Amino acid sequence: MSRHEMGEKTLLIIPPVILIATLGCLEFITRMEILPSLFFPPPTVVVSTLYRMTTEGALLEHLAATVTRLLTGFVLGGIPGMILGMMMGWSLPVRRIFDPFIAALHPVPKISSLPIIMIIFGIGFVSRTIVVAVASFFPMLINTMAGVRQIHPIYFDVAQNCGASRLQVLRRVVLPGATPFILAGVRLGLNVSLSISLAVELLLADKGIGTLIWMAWQTLRIEELYATIVTAAAVGISIRLFVQFLLSRFVPWDSKTRT
Amino acid sequence: MSFECRNLAVTYKTQSGGLEALTDVSFTVSKNEFVCLLGPSGCGKSTILKIVAGLLDPTAGEVIFQTQGTNGKPLNAMVFQEHGVFPWMNVLENVAFGLEMRGVGRQERNEISHKFIERVGLAHFEQSYPHELSVGMRQRVSIARAFVNDPEILLMDEPFGSLDAMTKLVMMEELLRIWSAEKKQVLYVTHDIEEAILLGDRVLVMTGRPGRIREDIRIPLPRPRDLRDRDKAEIIEIKEHIWTILEEEVRSSLEGSQ
Ligand SMILES: Nc1ncnc2c1ncn2[C@@H]1O[C@H](COP(=O)(O)OP(=O)(O)OP(=O)(O)O)[C@@H](O)[C@H]1O
Ligand SMILES: [Mg+2]
Repeated sequence: MSRHEMGEKTLLIIPPVILIATLGCLEFITRMEILPSLFFPPPTVVVSTLYRMTTEGALLEHLAATVTRLLTGFVLGGIPGMILGMMMGWSLPVRRIFDPFIAALHPVPKISSLPIIMIIFGIGFVSRTIVVAVASFFPMLINTMAGVRQIHPIYFDVAQNCGASRLQVLRRVVLPGATPFILAGVRLGLNVSLSISLAVELLLADKGIGTLIWMAWQTLRIEELYATIVTAAAVGISIRLFVQFLLSRFVPWDSKTRT
Repeated sequence: MSFECRNLAVTYKTQSGGLEALTDVSFTVSKNEFVCLLGPSGCGKSTILKIVAGLLDPTAGEVIFQTQGTNGKPLNAMVFQEHGVFPWMNVLENVAFGLEMRGVGRQERNEISHKFIERVGLAHFEQSYPHELSVGMRQRVSIARAFVNDPEILLMDEPFGSLDAMTKLVMMEELLRIWSAEKKQVLYVTHDIEEAILLGDRVLVMTGRPGRIREDIRIPLPRPRDLRDRDKAEIIEIKEHIWTILEEEVRSSLEGSQ
C-alpha cells in the first residue's frame, strides 16, 4: 500500500523534474551560445517575454479569442457529433445509412475546406468557427459510436428484463456506458479544435494565438514566437486537466480510466 | 399462474450458416413450482431462459403464460449467467434498478433494496462499485436485483456458480424461503446435480446440443427441505440415475463436436 503510494508520488514528480532539467540545459546551452540565442532564446527570456506580452501587450486578449473560438467550435461540432454517434452506435439501420458519408468525409483535411466554407459564409467569424466545428465533429462522432458499440449486450438484456423504456435505456445504459469513450473523444476533439483554431488564425490574421505567432514571425521577434507557442502548449495542458476532471467526476466507476 | 413452453426450437444465425441450439423443447411449469434445468454445457439452457424472459424469439414454438392479472408485478426477472451488474452503478443503484425503471420513488426503492442487500450479505458494500467487488459478490448483487423485482416467474441461470459451498448453501436456503413465502414459479439452471435435486420439485434433464428435454424427473422429497442432509437414500438414488443419463449425453456431445 505505502509502496504503491510512493510510486504514485514519484510518478507525479517525474514530469516536472524532466521539464526543469530540460529548461536548465537549454538555458545553459543558449547562454553559452552553443546554440545561437538569436534563434533559440533562453527559457528565462521566453518567460520574461511572456510577462511583458501579458502586461504591456494583449496576450490575454488573444488567448481569450483562441479559447472562445476553440470552445464555440467544439460545442457546435462536438454535440451534434456525439448525438449522431450515439444513434449510429445504438441502431444498425442508422449506422448503415450514415457510415458511407462519414467514411468519405472524415479523411478530408478540415483546414482545406476553409476556402469553400468562406465562399458560402464569408470570411468572418462564422466561417472560422465552422471549420473548427467540423473538425471536432468527427472525433466526437467516431468515439461516441465506438463507445456505444463496445457496451456489452448483456446490459441491454438486463435493462429490457427490468422493464426499461428506450429513454431509460439511453439515460441509464447507453450514455454512462459510453462515457469513457465520449471523454476520450472530448480530449481528441478539443485538441483538434485547438490545432484548427491556430491554423485558421495563422491564415486569416485577425486575433488569437495563431495571429500572434504569425505577427511574431513577420517581425522576426523570435522570443515572442516561442512565448506564443508556450501559450498554446498551456492551452493543451488545460485541456488535459479539464478532461481529467471530467473523468473523475463522471467515471468514478472505471478503474481503467485512472491515470 | 403457470406457463408452458410448446415445441420450442432455436437455430442461431452464424457465419457458417445456422447453429441448431434447441429442438422440440416442451414442458410446463405449474403454479408455485420450482423446476430445475440440468444438461451438458452448450445444450441450450440459457437459450431457454432467454426465450421465457422474452429476450429471444424462438425460431419455432411458443411460450404460453396463464396469468390472472399482474397486480403491478413484473412477469419475470432473470438472474443472468454473466451477472450483468452495471459497472457504472453502485450496489444500491444496481439492486434498485428494476424499481427505478418502474417509477418507484427513491426513498421507497432504497428501503426495499436495503432489505435484500442485507439478505445477500452486502450491507457494507451498498456504495461500492462493481469493480471493487469479487465475482461472487457481483453475483449476489444480481440475485438481489432479481428478488427486489418481485416477479411472478424467477429465472435463474447458474445463480450460485461462483460462490463457496457455505455461502451457496445459505443463499439456497434464502431462495427457498423467498420462494415458499411469496409463491412464484422458479426456472433454475444449474449443472450441479445435487443442487437440482435439493431445490427442485422437478428436474428436467436435457440432451446435448441440439437440446431436448430427455427426462422429466419428479423429486418426491417433502417440503420444507433440509439442504444440509444430503445423504438420504432417495437423493442418492435419483442422483445416480441422473448421472447415468448425463454421462451418456456429455460423452456424445463431446464426441459429436470432434
Ligand atoms: N448469440 C448466439 N449466437 C450464436 N450461437 C449461440 C448464441 N448463443 C448461444 N449460442 C449457441 O447455442 C448453444 C446453446 O447455448 P446456451 O448458452 O443456451 O448453452 P447453455 O446450455 O446455457 O450452456 P452453459 O451451461 O455452458 O451455459 C451453444 O452451442 C452456443 O454455441
Ligand atoms: Mg448458459
